[in-house]
Amino acid sequence: MKQVLEGSMAISDGVRMAEPLVISAYPITPQTHIVEHLSQMVADGDLKAEFIMVESEHSAASVVLGASACGVRTYTATASQGLLYMEEVVYNIAGMRLPVVMTVANRAVSAPINIWNDMQDAMAVRDTGAIMLVAENNQEAYDMHIQAFKIAENQDVMLPVIVNVDGFVLTHTFEVVETIDSIEKVREYLPPLNMEYKLDVENPYSFGTLGEPSVYMEARYNLYNAMNFSRNVIIDAAKEFKDMFGRFYGGLTDSYKMDDAQTVIVAMGSVLGTIKDAVDELREAGKKIGVLKIRSFRPFPEEEIVAALKNVKNVIVIEKAICPGKGGILSVEIRDSLLKHKINSVSVNGYTLGLGGRDITPKNIHDLVARAEKEENVDGEFVGLSQQYL
Amino acid sequence: MLTKEETHNELFTMGHTGCSGCAQSMSVKMIMEILGKNTIATNATGCLEVFSTRWPESSWKIPWIHSLFENSAAVASGVEAALKAMGKKDGITVLAQGGDGGTADIGLQSLSGMFERNHDVLYVCYDNGAYMNTGYQRSGLTPFDAYTTTSPSGKESFGNQRPKKYMPEIAMAHRIPYTAVASAGYPMDLQKKVKKAKSITGAKYLQVDVPCVPGWKYEPKYSVKLAQLAVQTGLYPLFEAEYDKIISVKKISKKVPVEEYLKLQGRFKHLFKDDAGRAEIEKIQKIADENIERFGLI
Repeated sequence: MKQVLEGSMAISDGVRMAEPLVISAYPITPQTHIVEHLSQMVADGDLKAEFIMVESEHSAASVVLGASACGVRTYTATASQGLLYMEEVVYNIAGMRLPVVMTVANRAVSAPINIWNDMQDAMAVRDTGAIMLVAENNQEAYDMHIQAFKIAENQDVMLPVIVNVDGFVLTHTFEVVETIDSIEKVREYLPPLNMEYKLDVENPYSFGTLGEPSVYMEARYNLYNAMNFSRNVIIDAAKEFKDMFGRFYGGLTDSYKMDDAQTVIVAMGSVLGTIKDAVDELREAGKKIGVLKIRSFRPFPEEEIVAALKNVKNVIVIEKAICPGKGGILSVEIRDSLLKHKINSVSVNGYTLGLGGRDITPKNIHDLVARAEKEENVDGEFVGLSQQYL
Repeated sequence: MLTKEETHNELFTMGHTGCSGCAQSMSVKMIMEILGKNTIATNATGCLEVFSTRWPESSWKIPWIHSLFENSAAVASGVEAALKAMGKKDGITVLAQGGDGGTADIGLQSLSGMFERNHDVLYVCYDNGAYMNTGYQRSGLTPFDAYTTTSPSGKESFGNQRPKKYMPEIAMAHRIPYTAVASAGYPMDLQKKVKKAKSITGAKYLQVDVPCVPGWKYEPKYSVKLAQLAVQTGLYPLFEAEYDKIISVKKISKKVPVEEYLKLQGRFKHLFKDDAGRAEIEKIQKIADENIERFGLI
């Protein structure tokens, strides 16, 4: 059914269709609407789940950790400071190989305090062992949440999945979203969680035991391997979703107007909408330009990136996060992927835009395309600074 | 004495690497005897977690989970919620465990949340009065004037400068159905309280005084004696409360001066050197006397 839905409504409805049994959260802007909608669904009996409204994000993640260890499907959502506060637990959930799904309504990190969108919060948890997907619009956010549970719960993956959605830009914006009418069809796509190891009085196991130097590395290696393996699982989950529900957004990446492209813009999340509009204009003006969308940030889609970019001249990476003391994050990883495959003919230019909710405009895109033709291997340069505040 | 076979059947089994004379492991054993096999336990980071679950070994014959230092109560909340959601809560006890640091310091927030939401969880704090697992650093439950490595005695100090935080009253302030204080030195009293906690639905707090051989610096044979002296001096009042009302106290049969308790422990050794130290012992006696008065222990 097609509906006009706020991003948060779409996300909470996608979560409802996945039927988690335990949800726990702590309010933080711009995640709040998601958990408000879910609370209301539980209050109205539209979702049969235990909803535990806790005293902190640390406990929200801990509650879903404990519940997940019992073998039930769980969900939480947070943003920004909340994600940083629960980071310790995210590492722990991943280390214990628990298939928790969480939404991060991406938001800038303090200081200065700022409630608006960028992706610095997500970058802070990129090494936790959580799979990190990024949605471009409300429809993809809805679909991606259903896929996320399938990916997390795959017996050969068993890792938490973070679905990143841009705060406000998606969470508080209304778009047409086609929701799935049949919960039976979702159940067919996403069978009940069946965990081999869980907290069960009939079959007791000890979880979270001490891993001494003789075994710790092997445990981490197994996690590392599972993350690598999840590449196939993410792609299959997207394909299977397409077969059942008709919508597809690519596997780990997606391409837009990439045929014959000499310049390619790479980005994640909602900014891709603006970029695609600008690219349409540039194409009309005769520019050979395309877009590469990163749908899975972790695992990193190295092969797809190399295949898509190896023959182009210029790559422009638009990034809403920065690594102080180095530069870009996504751009560095893309450059590394190419160099690792001995491709040094591509200039990878990383630009930092849109921090703390600053708009990224079509003009920004046009300017960067013009700049990138003259520049080489820019490393996370800030774009559009106001001189008066420096 | 238990036979070897009976020992193997215990839910918290031998083979762990707890210290000789460890009162915490004794208490766990006694608690598990009452709670039985239909129990799921969470555990904060600390001695108990480290000495009972060195992978691939585990002393636990019940489902057990350790996550982090400060979230034992929150993880237990999640376990309880999952059991409820599956319709399997009936007949299963959820036990959350932590040391005094994991409970009253770093874990206080998640514990308060669990209390306030009134999850059907029994939280047990094994109180040995310092961060023993990391090597005897002070916690919020370290007693007045005790030597720890971060509250050392010296020319300018008699050790820990603040009295113990009164954690059971913090629990009671949440108006949870049951709060109790017990001691490794009084097994029957401890088990009676565990039994009662098991029978009550909702959040329960049990704090157990567990002497620590290396942290308190005494001979292992004195673990039970010290736990008993803590009660008989009035320094560790044992009681039960329902909601915010105290409903029973363990009376002191024969009042013992605090000196008898302090002199057996290396952590109070510095108080026995001179007159200034003796004046400090008087202050500790005053703490005990105030407890006796306040809880009506005599």
